[in-house]
Amino acid sequence: MIKFCLPQYVLQGFCLAIAGLFVTGAAVTYPAPQKAIFTLPKEVPAPADNQLTPPRIQLGKMLFFDPRLSGSDVISCATCHNPSLDWADAAPLARGEGLQILPRATPSIINVGFNAFQMWDGRFTSLEEQAWTPMLAAAEMHGLQEAVVLAKLKGMPGYVNAFEKAYPGEGITRNTVAKALASFERTIVSGDAPFDEWVQGDESAVSLSAKRGFQLFTGKANCIACHQGSTFRDQGFHNIGLKGVTDPGRYAIVRIPILRGAFKTPTLRDVARTGPYMHNGAYQTLEQVIDHYDRGGDDKENLDPNMKPLGLTIEEKEDLVEFLKTLSGKQQAVTLPQLPQQQ
Amino acid sequence: MMSSKKVCAAMILSSLLWAAGALGGEDYLVEQKDKEFIYKGAKVTTLNIKVGDVVEFKNLDPYFHNVFSLSDVKMFDLGSYPQGKSKSVKFEKSGKVEIECAIHPQMHMIIEVK
Repeated sequence: MIKFCLPQYVLQGFCLAIAGLFVTGAAVTYPAPQKAIFTLPKEVPAPADNQLTPPRIQLGKMLFFDPRLSGSDVISCATCHNPSLDWADAAPLARGEGLQILPRATPSIINVGFNAFQMWDGRFTSLEEQAWTPMLAAAEMHGLQEAVVLAKLKGMPGYVNAFEKAYPGEGITRNTVAKALASFERTIVSGDAPFDEWVQGDESAVSLSAKRGFQLFTGKANCIACHQGSTFRDQGFHNIGLKGVTDPGRYAIVRIPILRGAFKTPTLRDVARTGPYMHNGAYQTLEQVIDHYDRGGDDKENLDPNMKPLGLTIEEKEDLVEFLKTLSGKQQAVTLPQLPQQQ
Repeated sequence: MMSSKKVCAAMILSSLLWAAGALGGEDYLVEQKDKEFIYKGAKVTTLNIKVGDVVEFKNLDPYFHNVFSLSDVKMFDLGSYPQGKSKSVKFEKSGKVEIECAIHPQMHMIIEVK
């Protein structure tokens, strides 16, 4: 056999030459991401008692954009989850009642219907459960009593009709308000992105740099340890070693030591449009985010063990950013609802 | 250096301990794969075992997992461990034990100790 006849250095030289062809030749190819893993589901799951219907979505949209659900009459869900800013607020930290700075950043609610856990600490397992929280929080929407919000809505015939159409016979209740808001939120999904076209087989949809970035993402940079699947997140919680974090994060909900300072992995869909980044808005740009991970995080206390210094070159960092930009989908056109008037 | 007699005695003692452990109960292997708990190749939601049995949790995913329970019957936290590593838990009391991965809370199962 040839293998035993040729001296080892000849074989090594031969292998290096072959490898060189792949590196320097024009025929370098990068396999497209697997369809089964990276195709975003067409349908957002909804609970059996709150299936999506046009009247429910329309009512939810009215509530979402209605500032009268706040105590000040000026803050709506859309104030922070602004569709013009990819359903977030472009600020490092959220601002609430009286423009006070809140402890965490406003997350974009794009693809929120695919989440198993809501909020940065994942304390709610459904959109219905989550819906009332900002309304009832004094620091966020001025904390009206639930009964006051319901009375306001009942005082507007436009809402009475809309609720009757959406949830016949159920009335205007804590439940129906939550269900309608959740229904609207389930329609806020990211559109087709160049990445998706590549997944479907269009090799020209993304640049060579982005393709190299995807290889790094799933390989050397190991972003895939947490940012998995079609929404690029693992429904998990990690402490990524941000500087100066005193917020207990998930640990406040589940008292397991590794969760101290751990927060929910956010989706990377539309990520180039949803800065600043991290639960505390620590970074303004994707380049800063990549640098953070390249350092293996800063604060090593209780650091997620998936985090390691990466030793990325400047080109590799650029490739990763190029890849992340391919996750920006076509934006939905949003029409604003007409809101009912008080009689 | 230990004398050969001591080495021999240590070997006999460890064999006896191993035998005692084996007599104490059965061993179950639960794997963690694609963020699911797997028993005998299929996703497991409830595993029935007996008092004294040991369950070994083995991480087959290329990222860290945890296993914990805050149930009264058996409270434990295995920390985080990487692909290929496993940790074992002995269940000494009967009852229902809720098991979860703290990192990926969708990984959830029940161990019924009878």
